Amino acid sequence: MFPYLTALVVLPTLGAILVKALGGRSRVREVAIGVALVEAAVAIAMAIQFNPDRAGIPQLRETHSWIPQIGASWALGVTGLGLVLVLLAVVLTPLVILAAWKEDTDPVRAGNYLALILFLESFMVGVFAAQDLFLFYILFEAMLIPLYFLIGLFGGEQRRYAAVKFLLYSLVGGLVMLVAVVALYAAGPGGEQGFLLDNLTGLSLDQNAERLMFLAFFVAFAIKAPMVPLHTWLPTVAQTARVGTTTLLVSVLDKVGTFGMLTLCLPLFPHASDWAAPVIIVLAVVSVIYGALLAIGQEDLLRLVAYASISHFGLMVLGIFVFRQTAAEGAALYMLAHGLSTGAFFLVVGFLAARRGSVSVKDFGGLQRVTPVLAGFFLVAGLSALALPGLAPFVPEIMVLVGSFDGARAAVVVAAAGAVLAALYILLAYQKVFTGPRPEGEAAAIPDLSWREKIAVGPLIALLLVLGFLPGLALDVLREPAEAAIAPVVEVANVEVSE
Amino acid sequence: MLSVTWLAIAAPLGSAAVLLLGGRRLDRWGHWLAVAASTTSAVVGVGVMADLLSRSDRAVQQHLFDWIPGGELEVSAGLLVDPLSVSFLLLVGVVGTLIHVYSVAYMEGDPRRRTFFAYLNLFVAAMLLLVLADSYLLLFVGWEGVGLASYLLIGFWNQNPPFASAANKAFVVNRIGDVGLVLALGLMFAHLGSVDFAGVFASAPTASEGVLTAIGLMLLLAACGKSAQFPLQSWLGDAMAGPTPVSALIHAATMVTAGVYLIVRSGPVYAGAPTALLLVAIVGAITLLFGAVVGMAKDDIKRVLAASTISQIGYMMLAAGLGPVGFAFAIFHLITHGFFKAGLFLGAGSVMHGMGDQVDMRRFGGLATLMKVTWVTMGLGWLAILGVPPFSGFWSKDRIIEVAFIGEGMKPWLLGGAALLGAGLTAYYMSRLFFMTFHGKGRWTEGQHPHEASALMTVPMIILAVGSAALGLIFAIGDSFVTWLEPVTGHVTHEDPVLAVPVIMTLTLVLVALGIGLAYRQYALLPVPETAPVASLAVQAARKDLYQDSVNSVLLEYPGQTLTRTLVFADAKVVDGAVNAVAAGTVGLGGLVRRLQAGRVRSYAAMMLVGVVVVLGIVILAINGKGWF
Repeated sequence: MFPYLTALVVLPTLGAILVKALGGRSRVREVAIGVALVEAAVAIAMAIQFNPDRAGIPQLRETHSWIPQIGASWALGVTGLGLVLVLLAVVLTPLVILAAWKEDTDPVRAGNYLALILFLESFMVGVFAAQDLFLFYILFEAMLIPLYFLIGLFGGEQRRYAAVKFLLYSLVGGLVMLVAVVALYAAGPGGEQGFLLDNLTGLSLDQNAERLMFLAFFVAFAIKAPMVPLHTWLPTVAQTARVGTTTLLVSVLDKVGTFGMLTLCLPLFPHASDWAAPVIIVLAVVSVIYGALLAIGQEDLLRLVAYASISHFGLMVLGIFVFRQTAAEGAALYMLAHGLSTGAFFLVVGFLAARRGSVSVKDFGGLQRVTPVLAGFFLVAGLSALALPGLAPFVPEIMVLVGSFDGARAAVVVAAAGAVLAALYILLAYQKVFTGPRPEGEAAAIPDLSWREKIAVGPLIALLLVLGFLPGLALDVLREPAEAAIAPVVEVANVEVSE
Repeated sequence: MLSVTWLAIAAPLGSAAVLLLGGRRLDRWGHWLAVAASTTSAVVGVGVMADLLSRSDRAVQQHLFDWIPGGELEVSAGLLVDPLSVSFLLLVGVVGTLIHVYSVAYMEGDPRRRTFFAYLNLFVAAMLLLVLADSYLLLFVGWEGVGLASYLLIGFWNQNPPFASAANKAFVVNRIGDVGLVLALGLMFAHLGSVDFAGVFASAPTASEGVLTAIGLMLLLAACGKSAQFPLQSWLGDAMAGPTPVSALIHAATMVTAGVYLIVRSGPVYAGAPTALLLVAIVGAITLLFGAVVGMAKDDIKRVLAASTISQIGYMMLAAGLGPVGFAFAIFHLITHGFFKAGLFLGAGSVMHGMGDQVDMRRFGGLATLMKVTWVTMGLGWLAILGVPPFSGFWSKDRIIEVAFIGEGMKPWLLGGAALLGAGLTAYYMSRLFFMTFHGKGRWTEGQHPHEASALMTVPMIILAVGSAALGLIFAIGDSFVTWLEPVTGHVTHEDPVLAVPVIMTLTLVLVALGIGLAYRQYALLPVPETAPVASLAVQAARKDLYQDSVNSVLLEYPGQTLTRTLVFADAKVVDGAVNAVAAGTVGLGGLVRRLQAGRVRSYAAMMLVGVVVVLGIVILAINGKGWF
């Protein structure tokens, strides 16, 4: 069969090299978006090959010997969850490129930016498809390279500080995880395919060793899916980096954190997951409330969306670590819904920034009368962030809250209050930016969304609506992966109870 | 028509989408599309009722599509067509259509009239989804949908900053109630294994009283938010910022009664939760007095009507809190109230229309002869809400007072007493409104020429006035409405009240007469000052809504703002500060930070390479030293 996943990993990198090689001479933007669209088409072709009835087991597998000396294989494959996140990545990338069309006047600089974005896409796809722990780790770390340059070279005033902060956080998490990766390999069967996930699952580990390894993985993932108190890099990056970078980072790449928790932490370390769950649930709920309260207090819209995301990641982590079927399905669906919702939100805020050179609510007011379409897009994106029914995040949020009730009642009661806070941070921001008397002077001449901008965000809004009414489209392939992820922990917990 | 019940929701939803996406080319006729969509809902409502009446089985469940398929939390999008939902379908369809027609004229000069009608259609669709849904989860979709429409319409003129704040307040306070509904869903799923009506009601009798009480209380919290019941009533007064037809439709006749619907619909849950039910009645009793007291002191005509709505819904909640014996009367009053309160609001809109958007009743007076239609239609609404026989309120409200007196111990005396007292207060504040507006001397500001509105506005007012006058009597003949609802509320043979019925009726009418008399003397015979006179502390408190906003500020807003500010500071200085300190404090990393900040990006690239080499090195070492851990 056609090696879809390898093609999906390699294609954007080749595209990146091409874009860079063009050196700004000709139409780099058109080439870049063309590559991204081909990538999306290939991904959709792959999705058609995917058998939804067996969504729990990795499909479209390719296993090749890679570095047999150390037991590493080039092993790719996607479960339903991996598939959905790959699709999210390939849908968002062309939209981000389109939204950034006019960001650089210098074609060389534009080429550099777009090459990095495409390079990043390779890693985004690879990391969700890796079926070899070593490969996963390499991709997990290597995606820092394009991100570091995307943040450090293209962005606001504090971009170097932001890039270093992001890097240090990620490296700390990554290095801690590396120790555990190696240790897990050592505990496994070894051999030329010793890093294959299949060979590392279901090992009987020493209790303390398992707990330490679990913590090492968890810390790395908790930095990615920013959990309080490991979150402070995100607001800094969001505030500083280009909106396109932040969109891909928060909508897709940070999902590696929750994806890793669900598909690696739980099956690889079931005892330790069960052991750590009470503390993690508390931290998750703290993230929900803390992120929401901080979002209310922000004047910078990009920081606001970042803190709101911290709150939402808290809900996903809650859904993962209560080990209940409905909640885990909800967490998986939330990863997709949040990607669409936050992606739309960041891009719309980017449009505001492009018009005003500022994203501080102080610099706006009354824009609804000047740019009604922009206001409408902002409101829909905002309403999706507050999980309004009819938009994609509602069903997963309800599934997490309702599904966790049985296992973590107190946590749900506190987390549900986040809904009130979400209404506050979204509507207050809308009020400050868009309501009030029609502005005068420069602000009165702000143009409404162009066709290019509408096309960049329109598909996301449409997907938010479609998944709001027909969440089954995604849920049907997420149910089994969620079940497979929590099954080992549920089994362990049952054994403990019966003992 | 039964098979196309979904069309009642789809028509206004589709119309809203067309109006929002269609752009300016629809400005000329878009409002008529909205009227047609709303009319479709009303027609479907009539057809569905006819179909239902011809059946012996009065509850039809319709599956539309799989919403959340498979899994443990399987929910389909389905409708439950029964006498309760159809009553609402007709109320929303008929009153909604009349208000759509009225709005065509009322919003004529507004450049965003098309958007207004899109939102109005969106509201109708969401409200019908709320009442027709066959599960609590789908109900929740409508529940938040009407909240959104309400937010958009309260803030329709949000170029005015206080109006934008009022919209936010409504949404946020409602969300507090919504948390209750989410938690109720969690309780149902965890303990009853289902979130649809059929499943919940089937398991409820076997569930423990503790669980049912918890669900009942959470549903009550939700109802308090949506229906502006104590202690979540504060948003409704401010919601009058919306255009008057919105106040009539959403904040009087339909949306705000959704809480009552929720309680009555959840009857099987409350059947096992007497404590929760008692609390529903108590909340209703407190709110009916609260609203009435505030209504007596307000000078803004719309705010009087808003306070009155809070109070009247208090009556409905009180009735719902009495259990099956009160359920039917709660809905009965809900329907008649929907007609007369919508009529009163449209009348107020007509007065404002004729008086250059003036809302201060102290600047009205003597309008009876100049605005005859408005005077007569509002007069009928006034008599209806007072409960003067034979107008609508007499048949619905007086029955609530009567059943409130049923029971043992202190309960009937307290609840019945509150309901009785409320009737007197209602008579006073509504008569005050009526006399201040239409009688006495004109106290208009200069340059005003009060005039009657066009037929597009007066015809809906007349139809609603006819309903206000006659609906109660029609429903009461042979207890037809109560019998119609019996498949939902159950057949109840109720005990006698602690006071004889004729005594209660006489007392009520005496109190109503007293209220009218006092108001007549003060506001029709004596001159009304153009500015509010200095008043006693009690009146001042009532003018300020019994300090509801101050209480909320002290309890929630100020502590919340302080907490948020503290956290923003702490996050930047303490959490992030620690991170920066660790980074800078570590000599090696500190140096790296400085070098990188100085722009030597290449040095990082080199480090990355070193990192990868180290990774590989460690791994290779690990192979050779397997088992070192």
